[in-house]
Amino acid sequence: MDHVIQLDLGRLTVRELNNYLHHELPNVGHVSNVPGSSGHIGNVPHVEILNPNGMHSIAVGLDAPSEIDIRGHAGYFIAGMNKQAHITVHGNVGWSVAENIMSGTVRVKGCASECAGASGHGGLLVIEGDASSRCGISMKGCDIVVGGSVGHMSAFMAQAGTLVVCGDAGPNLGDSLYEATIYVAGKIHSFGADAQEEPMTAADVARVADLLTKSGITRDPKLFKRVASKRSLYHWHSDAGQEY
Amino acid sequence: MSDHIHREESYSFNRHTLEYIQHAAEHGLYDIRGLGAKRKLPTFDDLVFLTASASRYPLEGYREKCVSKTVLGTRFAKKPIELETPVTIAGMSFGSLSASVKEALGRAATEIGTSTTTGDGGMTPEERQSSKTLVYQCLPSRYGFNPDDLRKANAIELVIGQGAKPGGGGMLLGQKVSERVAGMRTLPAGIDQRSACRHPDWTGPDDLTIKINELREITDWQVPIYVKMGATRVREDVKLAVKAGADVVVIDGMQGGTAATQQCFIEHAGIPTLAALPLAVQALEEMDVFGTVQLIISGGIRSGADVAKALALGADAVAIGQAVLMALGCNSSSYCQDGERVDATDDYAKLGTAPGYCHHCHTGRCPVGITTQLPELEARMTPEWGAKRLKNYLQVLTMELTTLARACGKSNVHHLEREDLVALTIEAAAMAKVPLAGTNWIPGQT
Ligand SMILES: Cc1cc2nc3c(=O)[nH]c(=O)nc-3n(C[C@H](O)[C@H](O)[C@H](O)COP(=O)(O)O)c2cc1C
Ligand code: SF4
Repeated sequence: MDHVIQLDLGRLTVRELNNYLHHELPNVGHVSNVPGSSGHIGNVPHVEILNPNGMHSIAVGLDAPSEIDIRGHAGYFIAGMNKQAHITVHGNVGWSVAENIMSGTVRVKGCASECAGASGHGGLLVIEGDASSRCGISMKGCDIVVGGSVGHMSAFMAQAGTLVVCGDAGPNLGDSLYEATIYVAGKIHSFGADAQEEPMTAADVARVADLLTKSGITRDPKLFKRVASKRSLYHWHSDAGQEY
Repeated sequence: MSDHIHREESYSFNRHTLEYIQHAAEHGLYDIRGLGAKRKLPTFDDLVFLTASASRYPLEGYREKCVSKTVLGTRFAKKPIELETPVTIAGMSFGSLSASVKEALGRAATEIGTSTTTGDGGMTPEERQSSKTLVYQCLPSRYGFNPDDLRKANAIELVIGQGAKPGGGGMLLGQKVSERVAGMRTLPAGIDQRSACRHPDWTGPDDLTIKINELREITDWQVPIYVKMGATRVREDVKLAVKAGADVVVIDGMQGGTAATQQCFIEHAGIPTLAALPLAVQALEEMDVFGTVQLIISGGIRSGADVAKALALGADAVAIGQAVLMALGCNSSSYCQDGERVDATDDYAKLGTAPGYCHHCHTGRCPVGITTQLPELEARMTPEWGAKRLKNYLQVLTMELTTLARACGKSNVHHLEREDLVALTIEAAAMAKVPLAGTNWIPGQT
């Protein structure tokens, strides 16, 4: 059986944990192949974080290929600014999970609170349950797949990347969207300023299918609707009135 | 026809107001412009120093040492910022300024021993390379924000707001969104870009505490975290920033500059720097962190006298924006090319303005090549020339500051104190909380 590094937040502080993940983990060369973890197999160290107990800022600022399993519910900003690491939370998370994610994968087995994946530049965020409001706010190139539904103002001012919602979307979806694309399988409560439904092309179906496969979520990609920007707010003109 | 033309101008509907109404009626869009408030406000000019005489003795102007060294971020950071002067360069985005200007700022600041700050648009390699001490802004837009640059920063400035537009977001009109600027911001080139006014991943002060903690965790508690706010409810806001864990609080008064925002914000939102500074000091004192949490004040700082007065009122340092642009030639009638002065008056006229009146940074067609992304205009301000000018200016500010401090009998500029000042107007006395000159009256207090 592969060696798994166990770090217990019942004994360590978040500071000690992150210090280890930033400075010692990149030098650890263990091979990980643990069934039942996040499923990523490779020649990378595998860390299990025990007793997260709703603590904030766990595993933030990582920049090393690694497998991290957080065993339990966690607080705000989990896996913030992640690069390279594959992080799985076996529970629910608070606000702003994987905010500003750059690369790697962050997977939440439960539900996520507000602002999941906020301002993410790259990589993949998977939320197997529901995400609350402002999911994908300000996103800048990351991909987000939500197994359940998302709350109001999701993908607000989203600039680039893809948000896939397998359930429903709350009010004002995609308000002030730029070039990000949203796909929703369920009901859309309402669109925000400048967002509109557009026809699904074969390329869209392929994009959704690919992201569903990467996320390990089974859903018919043809069921999704495509939402993108009308681009009517890209240039100032007086007829757009209060939308500014 | 009457031979008497009656000309009684209305105070409420004067020519200025008429022009505003006609303009609004014609265009259907509010005015957007650069720089800061143009209206008359109480300022540091309304204060004067009680320099030494028989009751206090001065230090020798040229001979006795007066320390200007300034340390910021001593509360939690392992590596506080150490500067040779309390005059710092405020955050101004690459996008609003050209890459050459950003480089000039870095070079001048490094030579003088002070810090520069990134802005709404991320960190350029040029400015990281040219600035020994670089403060990295974390803004609501998060354009180009990334952990690699974060780890390269000497300090982090979490921007909640700006004095020119407290409560409003950034703005960069399409003509300035070049391919490079757009690429750094992950936006299509040429669009009129409106930045967010709230951060995407936190909202209230309790979340701010957790956000600051996250930034500290990512940077291993090494570098200071500043919190910058526009001056509105200063006492309350400073307390919340301190409670949230800021190492340094930056307060930007209403006359602070901007590259572009709505005119109604510039002239009608926030309180003057003079009023804001004593409120911030009061908040720090009430929280018992005066001296532990450092205070940077900005908004309309122009001279060494302004810097000295800000320090006497309790600031640890100042930040300057508009004055930096002016040192580089903003609003000058000419620019320098190969050692020769070239007249730019026609280019001001093309913008519908003239040297001395320009506030057209938002157009991207800066006649002297500062707030532009157009290569032919950018070439009007070379990094070498700009760095020299700004270095000279920063040097003068520091010399004036130490001169005044010595005359007040201080061997360290940070020893300047409120007791060294009196006010020339009742308004300034009330705002700065120093006595009206010739009296011991502080309105509202004594
Ligand atoms: C051209 C220009 C660009 C600016 N860009 C930013 C910015 O990106 N982020 C920010 O926090 N403040 C920005 N500011 C405001 C300055 O950081 C600072 O608060 C202000 O300039 C201080 O007032 P002063 O200009 O009167 O010195 C900008 C100001 C100017 C003049
Ligand atoms: S001269 Fe240039 S920097 Fe100065 S106000 Fe005009 S456009 Fe702005």
